[in-house]
Amino acid sequence: MSLETLQVLWFLLFGVVLIAYSVLDGFDLGAGILSLFEKDPKKRQIYMDAIAPVWDANEVWLLTAGGALFAAFPPVYAVTFSGFYLAFFLVLACLIFRAVSFELKHRMDSHRWQAFWDYAFGFSSLVVSILYGVAIGNLLQGVPVAKTDTGFEWRGDFFGLLRPFPILVGLITLAMFAAHASFYISIKAPEGMEIRASKLGNVFWMLWVVLFVLGTVVAFIVAPHLFASLPSNPLFYLFLVLLLASFVFIPVFAKNNRYFKAFLASSVAIASQIALAGISMFPRMVPSSLDLENQSLTIFNASSSRLTLFVMFVIVLIALPIVLAYTAFIFKVFRGRIREEESYS
Amino acid sequence: MDPVLLSRIQFALTVGFHFLFPPITIGLAWLLVGIEYYAAFKKSAVCESIARVFAKLLGLTFAIGVASGIVMEFQFGTNWARYSAFVGDIFGAPLAAEALFAFFLESSFMGLYLFGRNRVSKRVHWFSILMVALGSTISAFWIIVANSWQQTPAGYTLEGGRAVLTSFGDAVFNPSTLQRFFHTISASLTAGAFFMGGIAVIMLFRNPASEVARKALKIALVAGFIASLSVLFPTGHLHAEQVARTQPEKFASFEGLIEGTTHAPMIVFGIPSDSPEPSVSYRIEIPSLLSWFAHGSADAFVKGLKDFPPDERPPFSLTFISFHTMVGLGLLFIAVSLLGVLLLWTKKLFASVWFQKIFLLVSPLPLIASQFGWITAEVGRQPWVVYRLLRTTDAVSVTVSAGEILLSIILIGSIELFLLIAYVFFTLKIARSEVRQ
Repeated sequence: MSLETLQVLWFLLFGVVLIAYSVLDGFDLGAGILSLFEKDPKKRQIYMDAIAPVWDANEVWLLTAGGALFAAFPPVYAVTFSGFYLAFFLVLACLIFRAVSFELKHRMDSHRWQAFWDYAFGFSSLVVSILYGVAIGNLLQGVPVAKTDTGFEWRGDFFGLLRPFPILVGLITLAMFAAHASFYISIKAPEGMEIRASKLGNVFWMLWVVLFVLGTVVAFIVAPHLFASLPSNPLFYLFLVLLLASFVFIPVFAKNNRYFKAFLASSVAIASQIALAGISMFPRMVPSSLDLENQSLTIFNASSSRLTLFVMFVIVLIALPIVLAYTAFIFKVFRGRIREEESYS
Repeated sequence: MDPVLLSRIQFALTVGFHFLFPPITIGLAWLLVGIEYYAAFKKSAVCESIARVFAKLLGLTFAIGVASGIVMEFQFGTNWARYSAFVGDIFGAPLAAEALFAFFLESSFMGLYLFGRNRVSKRVHWFSILMVALGSTISAFWIIVANSWQQTPAGYTLEGGRAVLTSFGDAVFNPSTLQRFFHTISASLTAGAFFMGGIAVIMLFRNPASEVARKALKIALVAGFIASLSVLFPTGHLHAEQVARTQPEKFASFEGLIEGTTHAPMIVFGIPSDSPEPSVSYRIEIPSLLSWFAHGSADAFVKGLKDFPPDERPPFSLTFISFHTMVGLGLLFIAVSLLGVLLLWTKKLFASVWFQKIFLLVSPLPLIASQFGWITAEVGRQPWVVYRLLRTTDAVSVTVSAGEILLSIILIGSIELFLLIAYVFFTLKIARSEVRQ
């Protein structure tokens, strides 16, 4: 395989990992967001119990994305992570709180202690979802990176990241995860238990669609480079149709309480949306707002060597089928509604 | 303040905190593989009760290990951007392999192990703890591959200001990988066994007749004795011998050999000093032993610290003290667990409350010894971040300011301090709440 083939392949694989992460941990984060709308502590617990056995494995997709980026596109990993420094540590702090909230909440019988962890779980999920979107929005719009003799360098600061378009993408991500999770929670909730998540699905779906349309319009203005090559790309039409179709089907399924189908539809919508973002970025990974043509990081000027990309590809070919097999097995084991004895409480 | 120093402080704090948990996870998971086996297939009710207590503790330990580990995966990019760009072609692959081969395995099956007891057969449930143990061990392998490449780089060539992979096999099995992997795993088994023993003693104090606590203590002592012995020999010895061969200045520094010589003595005890020159006073030493240990012959020449230019020597006192503390603690673990096994043999273990008290005090110390081991390894590699290829001072992110790093240290540091307190508190609480068995 040639270097160029491998570079394109790794762009693709990175996209697949991001999609897997967003579809899987997306409902975990969304569960946190939705739990904030529930007043009854007993009902809030359902949101945690529903994802307790699987959220940690889902989050490994994020670590895989980090490792894959480091291995396949080291300058992208180095430039963006140091550039988003404070935002990144905010994400890390939230992820820590989220991770331990499951274990620590029930270790003490105090009402205030448990309420604290409920909110830690909810708000950290909320902040993380928004910040992911802000980061992606910044990458779509372009960030102040410059090419120097020694590599690439970031020339911006924390507040420079808080521009209107990235914040809009942050809100899209929030609505998307919340809608997605509402169907998952509705599948898992105990029989006969009325939870707000089921009703909120439609609200967040609507918000998601409206914000997505608005975001596309704003993108036309602030980041026209994203649309330059789209009309000539057949994949663009494929994913656009998939996205629109799933947008239409989500409320149809949800209305008839067919939550599993609604969940599949929102999964397809998330995947299509990320695919569209990837297609409009290609072959750039970090567009430079200083000089788009000459100073952007692309898959061709910011990748690892042919050998590393090849070895990593072999590792993926070996590991991924195994991972997918036992992930499917474990989801199958925990299918259906949550059971009483599986709660932490 | 200096951004390099701040980034080093942050890395030391976050990695030091993180590494309190994986050794317990690895050690405890393998012990539970055995205990769950007896519970599931030999119908041992006592083993089932032990497993229930320690599964809870494993879950708690694992959660904090995961939470603190997320920081590690991304910190290379945030704080060490130039390092990441320099080594990415080689260093990223083991991190990605760790996620794909290990993190998925341990995280997926941990969920099944903790929550799936009533949803799967006994066989599958036992298989899930086996996969957790295997996953955590594979994880240790890949992260040690990455770190060992920093210690003894291999399978690369320098090209356009970065290291480029030439042989994946050579990079993975570089000259220090296997020695360091086995040493770390045996240390983790020691930590897990002593942890289990400490919890068992706490349970015994509450209820001296508890069969669950008695059996757990027995298992812990026997496992702890074998594991702590293997930390020293063969794994510790082989690792030291490898350092003497591959990183002689690190070896000279932690052993306290200032001047290179044949018949080099091994310093058992001494007070090190850095100024005006590196020196060791009040030393107790064994003649010629270091030459023999390092190169298999008393006549062998061992390089001393002064055989290296001052700007290529690691900080002396810190490596010397860390190494000697680690070794001293290692010997203590062997002595204490041997004593315990002898008391068990002579059936005096459960009457010897004095021993149980000593063991309780010693039980968390393998974690401290691990910390000193890593300080020896990492500080001993200085001034390099990649041995003889890239200096630590040239590795940081240029765009991140000292103020930003200080802010992240305070943010992550305060969260981790809170987690440490919570962890100790709840671990003791879980142990005490299990008294009735």
